[in-house]
Amino acid sequence: MIKFSDEKLKKVDEIIARYPEGKSKSALLPLLHLAQEEFGGWLSPETMDYVASLLKLEPIEVYEVATFYSMYNLKPVGRYMFEVCQTGPCMLRGSDDIVAYIRSKLGINVGETTPDGLFTLKTVECLGACGYAPMMQLGKHFREHLTPEKVDAIIEECRKMAATNN
Amino acid sequence: MGRQLLLEKVKVEGIRGYDVYRREGGYSSVEKALKNMTPDQVTDEVKKSGLRGRGGAGFPTGMKWSFLAKPEGVPRHLVCNADESEPGTFKDRYLMEFLPHLLIEGLIVSSYALGSKATYIYIRGEYAWIPDILEQAIAEAKANGWLGKNILGTGFDCEIYVHRGAGAYICGEETALIESLEGKRGNPRIKPPFPAVKGVWDRPTVVNNVETLMAVVPIINIGGEEYSKIGVGKSTGTKLLSACGNINKPGVYEIDMTISVEEFIYSDEYCGGIANGKRLKACIPGGSSVPILPANLLLKTAKGETRMMNYESLSDGGFAKGSMMGSGGFIVLDEDQCVVKNTLTLARFYRHESCGQCSPCREGTGWMEKILRNIETGKGKKSDIDLLWDIQRKIEGNTICPLGDAAAWPVAAAIRHFRDEFEWHVDNPQECLVRNYGLAHYADPLEIATPA
Repeated sequence: MIKFSDEKLKKVDEIIARYPEGKSKSALLPLLHLAQEEFGGWLSPETMDYVASLLKLEPIEVYEVATFYSMYNLKPVGRYMFEVCQTGPCMLRGSDDIVAYIRSKLGINVGETTPDGLFTLKTVECLGACGYAPMMQLGKHFREHLTPEKVDAIIEECRKMAATNN
Repeated sequence: MGRQLLLEKVKVEGIRGYDVYRREGGYSSVEKALKNMTPDQVTDEVKKSGLRGRGGAGFPTGMKWSFLAKPEGVPRHLVCNADESEPGTFKDRYLMEFLPHLLIEGLIVSSYALGSKATYIYIRGEYAWIPDILEQAIAEAKANGWLGKNILGTGFDCEIYVHRGAGAYICGEETALIESLEGKRGNPRIKPPFPAVKGVWDRPTVVNNVETLMAVVPIINIGGEEYSKIGVGKSTGTKLLSACGNINKPGVYEIDMTISVEEFIYSDEYCGGIANGKRLKACIPGGSSVPILPANLLLKTAKGETRMMNYESLSDGGFAKGSMMGSGGFIVLDEDQCVVKNTLTLARFYRHESCGQCSPCREGTGWMEKILRNIETGKGKKSDIDLLWDIQRKIEGNTICPLGDAAAWPVAAAIRHFRDEFEWHVDNPQECLVRNYGLAHYADPLEIATPA
């Protein structure tokens, strides 16, 4: 049985209070973000059912939303997800080469996770960093002006972080 | 350097924090509006200013505000559209990241004008670090009496909340945004009813872009009439542009809409010219949805006049020979870029972002992507080009929301202006895999590239 900590449950109440009374369904997107962060980086059916129970929704109301938005992961992902933008403006600045470099460096294809569970590579559509291309999202932040050297450094940084946190 | 109304103070150290922002004159528009003006007077100033929505559509903001229904006893809401997702556009991100208090200030004044006691900022989910910045600014504003109950003793109550999306371009469309704010899939609604009558939670709602709401601050400070004198014609005030692609200085620039496109691209004050000493091939001047233009038609209108960076001049010539200001996402392609490839990435984008509600868009965007991929990879046929043209025409105007049009226009414009490049791909299936078509005549004198 999964459950938010008391501290997170307080946060849940705080989020629900942003919306008018009786409109708590509005808290669904923020709560799914919170649940994804809290329960392993993806939304399992169990997690979605739990969020449904918090908002007194039918589970289907949660599933239909979770499947619509690209940021909710419906399958387990690696601890570090490289989401490389590949839309026009990034393509013009060489995003294809960056994707190819990451693929060869990590030995995985787009959509795959390294066997050690550390890295997932995803290509995404425009993230709003066109002037700082090529770029990727890594967790909460953007990594911009990517070069092969920068990618190497980011991979190294993630490996170190993983080693210290284990 | 043109006049700066929004970015004037962006380089001031510490401007992101309340104390510096206030010291630099921040929140004076709130004092002025709440103490000396009625809500209708604020709306009137915005009308006088000629401000047009900065999200892409360019609809007059004051007029939009005046449509807001005000039935007795029903709460109204202002929603700030910070779902910036149009490829090529990243100005709102810059504004929110570096001038969060300017947005909060604009939101308070606008909320006062519209009577919104609970105002929401709907921000795209990928800008995951920005809600913290905005919430910090909101907390500071509240601690200093600019938000909350009975602001400045005027009896006006207002709260601002940040609502994070989760990855969906379509949520930048105002009714999809409203659906998403209600905790649903971002499927656009059929209009009417318009949000001004029946918006979020069926209440009257105004949805405005970040930059639009920030512009309300200088409008109140200097007056609508003064604001309307900046710029030219119906392009009043300043506009933020996000410049990207193959230029020397990508970034966010504020212009007063009196400069030429050529100056914007080549001046060191702005884009600093084409990167790596290359030549200009084409440009999408207002975000990925607007028509791409070859260099010659970009720098000069079909009439041979210098094309200026403003709403009227950019759309001079209609879709046949012009483009649009759109969201201000200025995407530059140099001579080494392939228009087919670029169009393919945009078609893929729209296929990915189609909500799936309307068949022409759901199916059509997928077909366009597949056909473009075939042409790009040397598997295309001549008839595919006509087929593409046919599909985009069948999408345009046949969908609930403008995403269908937004998907159709880039394909139409690419074929209209670069048909020979598409044909070259079909005729040279091997060669197109290893080299690009190049500049051809796109930068030649006007008459060559624009047959009647």
